[in-house]
Amino acid sequence: MRVVKHPILPDDTDCDITIYCDGKAIPAKRGEPIAAALLAAGIRVFRETAKKNFPRGIFCGIGRCTDCVMTVDGQPNVRTCVTLVRDGMQVETQKGLGRWAEEA
Amino acid sequence: MKEGVKYTGVPTMEELKATPGLVSEARFESGPVAVIECVQEIPCNPCEKACPFGAIVVGQPITNLPVINEDKCTGCGACVSKCPGLAIFLVHKNYTENTALVEFPYEYFPEPVEGTTVPCGGRDGQYLTDGVVVKARKSKATDGTTLVAVEVPKEFYMSVRTICRKGGK
Amino acid sequence: MRKVQTVVIGAGPAGLAASIEIAKAGGQVVLIDENSKPGGQLFKQIHKFFGSREHRAGIRGYDIGLQLLKETEDLGVEVMLDSPVYALYQDPEGVMVSYMNQGREKAILGEKVILCTGAAENALVFPGGTLPGVMGAGCAQTMINVNRVLPGQKIIMVGSGNVGLIVSYQLMQAGADVLALIEAAPSIGGYGVHAGKIRRAGTPILVGHTIKRVLGKTQVEAVEIVALDEKFQPIEGTEQILEADTVCIAVGLTPLTELAWLAGCQFTFIPVLGGHIPIHDDNMASTVPGLYVAGDIAGAEEASTAMEEGRLAGIAASEALGLYTDEQAEPLKEAVWNRMNTLRTGPFGQKRFDAKVQMLATAKGGK
Repeated sequence: MRVVKHPILPDDTDCDITIYCDGKAIPAKRGEPIAAALLAAGIRVFRETAKKNFPRGIFCGIGRCTDCVMTVDGQPNVRTCVTLVRDGMQVETQKGLGRWAEEA
Repeated sequence: MKEGVKYTGVPTMEELKATPGLVSEARFESGPVAVIECVQEIPCNPCEKACPFGAIVVGQPITNLPVINEDKCTGCGACVSKCPGLAIFLVHKNYTENTALVEFPYEYFPEPVEGTTVPCGGRDGQYLTDGVVVKARKSKATDGTTLVAVEVPKEFYMSVRTICRKGGK
Repeated sequence: MRKVQTVVIGAGPAGLAASIEIAKAGGQVVLIDENSKPGGQLFKQIHKFFGSREHRAGIRGYDIGLQLLKETEDLGVEVMLDSPVYALYQDPEGVMVSYMNQGREKAILGEKVILCTGAAENALVFPGGTLPGVMGAGCAQTMINVNRVLPGQKIIMVGSGNVGLIVSYQLMQAGADVLALIEAAPSIGGYGVHAGKIRRAGTPILVGHTIKRVLGKTQVEAVEIVALDEKFQPIEGTEQILEADTVCIAVGLTPLTELAWLAGCQFTFIPVLGGHIPIHDDNMASTVPGLYVAGDIAGAEEASTAMEEGRLAGIAASEALGLYTDEQAEPLKEAVWNRMNTLRTGPFGQKRFDAKVQMLATAKGGK
C-alpha cells in the first residue's frame, strides 16, 4: 500500500511507469527501488531458497543482507532493495541461485 | 508489572512531580501554563531557546531537566511544538467554569477537525473522556507538527494528553 | 590511476560532514557511495533531532540531510554515486580504493581515505524468522519514509531501543497498526519520551517478553510471544498469539567493517558499540596509515555523533595533509570533541562515552 498522504511529509508523487513481476504488470514510480513497487502491490515473496524452497523477502532494506534478491531482466541475484525500477523492467521470483537468461 | 517511565513508557505522577518542569497547583489556577513532562536526563535543550520569555532553563550540562519559571511562563505555547520528544503540553485549567483546555503536539492521521468531539486519552492512550477540538493548527514554526487543543471536563487537566487512536469510545 | 588528496567512502552523515570539513580546509575530496542517492540513513529520520542548537536539534533528520547536501554542493565536493567500493589496499602514497562504476572496475588513490560505511541491523533467530514479513525496523523505516510504501499493516516491533520506539511511531504515522512492542530486557532501552509517544497512541510495551515463533505459510500470519524470567528464560504458560502480518526487528546495529578488515586495520571488541570496531585514536585515525574511520563504522551510535566524528576525521585528515597548521586544527578539533562529549552524557550516553574512552586507551596502548 502506498502512503500518498502523510501527517508531516509532503504528498507522494504518482506512479509513472510499469514493471512486470512474473509477467504481471505492476505500477511503479521512477526513482524507487524494485522492492518498494513490489511491496506496494502486496508482493512479499521475492525468491525461494535453493535446497528447501523456503519463501524469502526483504530484510535489511539497505543492500547488505541479500535476502531480497530476484532475477531482473534476465540477471539473477539482483538486490531489489537498492536497484531502481525502469519502465518495462522484467522481474522474476527467483528459484535458488537463479540462472542467467542466456543459459535458459 | 513495574510502574515508571523506564518500565512502561508512562511517567508516574511521582516521577512528574519530582521534575522542575511541573508548576505549582496555584499557578494552574491563574491561567494557561506549560507542563514539561521530561523526566529523564538526555542531552537536549530546544525548549530553552523556544521560550520567548526565558521561562525555561536547561543550562549546562544540557542533560539537565528543564526548569520552568511559573511566573515568567505566560502559557503562549511556543515550546509545545519545539520539543523533539513531544513532551511539553499546554494546560489551561480554568478555561471555563467547568472545563479545562489541554493542548498537545499531534502528528497522526486522521487530522483532528476543529469543532468536532473526539475521544481523549491519557499518557497510556486509554480513553478518559470525550472532548471538543478547539484548535488544530499547523504553521511554518511548528514544522509539520499539529498543535491540538481539546476542551475536557476540568478534572482531566492533568490526565488528558492525547486523542485516542485505539480503544477509544 | 587517478590520485586525489582525499577519498571519503560512504555519503551518510559522517561522510558528508567529513567531505565538508576537507573542502572547507581547501582540500580536494572525492565522496563515493554505492547507493543511487547520498545521505545514508539520514533521509528516513523524519523526527526532530535532540541535542542543542549546535547539533541542529529540533530540526527533522531529512532537513539536516538537505542542509549537508547543499553544503557539499556549495563547496564543490565531487560526489560519485552508484559506485560500490570493494577493496582497499595500503600504498606508499596513501590508500588505494577499488570500486565499480557503470559495470567497470576502477581505482582511485587517496592520500588520505576516510571510511564512513555505517552499520547494518542485526537479525534475530527464531522459528519462522526468515518468513517474508519479518524485516529490520530500519528497512520498514526506509520503506515508509523514503519510498512511501507500507511494508505491512499489523506490526509487532521487537526491541525497545530508540530505533524500535521511533520506527513504531513512524509506522503509525504512515497508517499501520503497531499491535505491540516487545522487549526481552526488564526495562525499556530507549528514551522515555519516545516510549511515551507510542503509549499515548495506545501501543502496549511488553518488557520481559520475546518472540517464541512466527507462524505462516509464505508470509507472517501470526506471532507467538512469551514472557521471560529474570534469567531471560521463557516462562511456560505465558504464551500469547498475536495476529500480525509483519515483524520488525530492532535489536541493535553492527558496524559494516569489511573494508577496514580488508585494509588491514586492527580491531578491538566493544559490545556497547556493536561488536568488532576498528581501533581509532582521538583523530579518528585507524591503525593503517592514511586511513580514518568515522560514524557508525567506529561504533553504532546516532546520526548526531556520526556527523561530529565525520567532522573530526575531516579536520584531522586536513591537518595531516598540511591544509591546517596544528594551531588552526586544535581549536576546531576541540570544538568537535566538546560537542561529541555533550551527546555522550547522561544515563543513556555515559556507556558510549566510557566505550570511546576504552577505545582511545586501546589505541594508545598499541593493541
